[in-house]
Amino acid sequence: MSEKNRLVDAPSHVKLLERDLDKRPILECMHLGIDFGGLHAVEDLNITIGPTEISGLIGPNGAGKTTVFNLLTKVYEPTGGVIMIDGVDTRGKSTAQISHMGVARTFQNIRLFNHMSVLENVTAAMDARLKYGFGSSIFRLPAYWREEKRAREEARELLNAFGMSKEEETPAGSLPYGEQRRLEIVRALATKPRILLLDEPAAGMNPSETRELMENIRWIRETFNTAIFLIEHDMKLVMEVCDGIMVLNFGRVIAKGTPKDIQNDPQVIEAYLGRKKEAQHG
Amino acid sequence: MAKKLKTVHKDLLTLAILAALYAVLAVLLYSGAMSRQLMNMLIPVSMYVVMAVSLNLVVGLLGELSLGHAGFMSLGLFSGCLLSLFLNGQVPEIVRIPLSMLAGGLVAAIGGLIVGLPALRLRGDYLAIVTLACCEIIKSVITNLNFTGGALGLNTAPVYTNAKHLLPYAAVLVLITALVMMNLKRSKQGRAIMSIRDNRIAAESVGINVTYYKLAVFVLAAFFAGAAGALYGHCFANVKAVSFDYNVSIEILVIVVLGGMGSIGGSVVAAIVLRTLPEMLREFQNFRMLVYAIVLILVMLATNNPRLKQFFAGLHPGTLWKKWKAGRIKEKEAGSHE
Repeated sequence: MSEKNRLVDAPSHVKLLERDLDKRPILECMHLGIDFGGLHAVEDLNITIGPTEISGLIGPNGAGKTTVFNLLTKVYEPTGGVIMIDGVDTRGKSTAQISHMGVARTFQNIRLFNHMSVLENVTAAMDARLKYGFGSSIFRLPAYWREEKRAREEARELLNAFGMSKEEETPAGSLPYGEQRRLEIVRALATKPRILLLDEPAAGMNPSETRELMENIRWIRETFNTAIFLIEHDMKLVMEVCDGIMVLNFGRVIAKGTPKDIQNDPQVIEAYLGRKKEAQHG
Repeated sequence: MAKKLKTVHKDLLTLAILAALYAVLAVLLYSGAMSRQLMNMLIPVSMYVVMAVSLNLVVGLLGELSLGHAGFMSLGLFSGCLLSLFLNGQVPEIVRIPLSMLAGGLVAAIGGLIVGLPALRLRGDYLAIVTLACCEIIKSVITNLNFTGGALGLNTAPVYTNAKHLLPYAAVLVLITALVMMNLKRSKQGRAIMSIRDNRIAAESVGINVTYYKLAVFVLAAFFAGAAGALYGHCFANVKAVSFDYNVSIEILVIVVLGGMGSIGGSVVAAIVLRTLPEMLREFQNFRMLVYAIVLILVMLATNNPRLKQFFAGLHPGTLWKKWKAGRIKEKEAGSHE
């Protein structure tokens, strides 16, 4: 761990990793919000994530964490605020276009292409990167063979790196749970993301699997050169893996900082455990 | 790599069987050994094969219910036949019929685009209802236009030809349709379409343009339906739009479902069986449709039974070939051990 791994204050009240200070943040949200018919699900959210950061988003159930991910990937169109990916405004962009800009995600309730093989799941995610049209597919032109070969090779390499090369032809739906979660990450990485959003990657995992996941997350950042933004309930994982953490409650950020800051923040403790007084009365 | 090659071989095998089937039919037809009944069924059955295989793209691969396939066929039929009537006597048949099929396909594809655009916002039952309505609209419009012959139907007697003339075109159309669908299934477009079927939100999140692919599926399926319709029109002396209503759409859907979603070979077999079945049941006279319904239910039950499914899968020529080969290898090994 070098000196540069500290979280420091950057201009305009954001916190960034010291090594990311001179780089353009990969993700920037300003005053982001969404209303669902009067209910402010997320309000005045400010996020800044550097290009090499592992950032965590935590909060009690129903705090709006997944909604934040859905906003970032434009599953919902925000009713207020700005999202910038690598300095580019995303207003009016579709979910697919957001993916082309370098944002990939996994889902809390696994969403694989169940009836397709593992390999197809990964190559399907390369859709935008494979340059051939309907004509090339139908007439099997050279572009088809060239690009398909490239896709297969890249996909195999990825699957191999995650120890899944044996399951290549298995339908994704019949994989065991842990492998399904892993395949979702592989599929997300196949889009060549600049930032990877992981929605509860450790859900349903046992302690040893969680430990493996922690190592994987760091390894993914180093190997694929991507920032990671994750939602997680497993505090051990969050505290150990994340450079910076944001705590969300009732759609608002109540605390932001290093794992240590967060652990000692009275507001966070209150959000999770309730107020001391109430506890005494109760 | 080996697995990939095997699937390619399976496709080739299906195509080869189709080609062989048409070769046998051609020999029977041109040597005069074919019965009149079978001869009259050749083109309609081929047409249903094309319709089923193209609808399979929408229902099997994209996973959307479309009840408007007969409408696209009708569009292609009338535009193709009109062109054919116009060109009749000016160009030889070998140019005229493919041109009319192409024109029919293109007009139907445009129809598919027009129907597809608003229908894109809908899914499931709602899409089925809208496509059903579009089919009916197409029917009504064609019935009320003057140049399509109105309610009396279009007089296609000048371009009417029998199966002897039409079989080569039908065979080529069936083979092309099967080839295109197979190639598409194993390409990035096919994967994108299937991923939309499996999980639309995830497909979008990995950068797949759902609107584009959905529209492309509608246009492509409509094109083949239109081309098949244009060919179909040539084996009647008079065509009426009212004969291509939702009943036809549903019949094609039944073929697709029975043949297996996404299975091209299955669609072909189901189309042949379901179209010849009513003819073969003629002996039963009044009970014909009743027996047909019972057979349908039985097939439905049989194809849903896992054990029977396995049995049918074992009957696939590709699987039989593999078994035979595996057996030979075993024999060889046994031989070498001795």
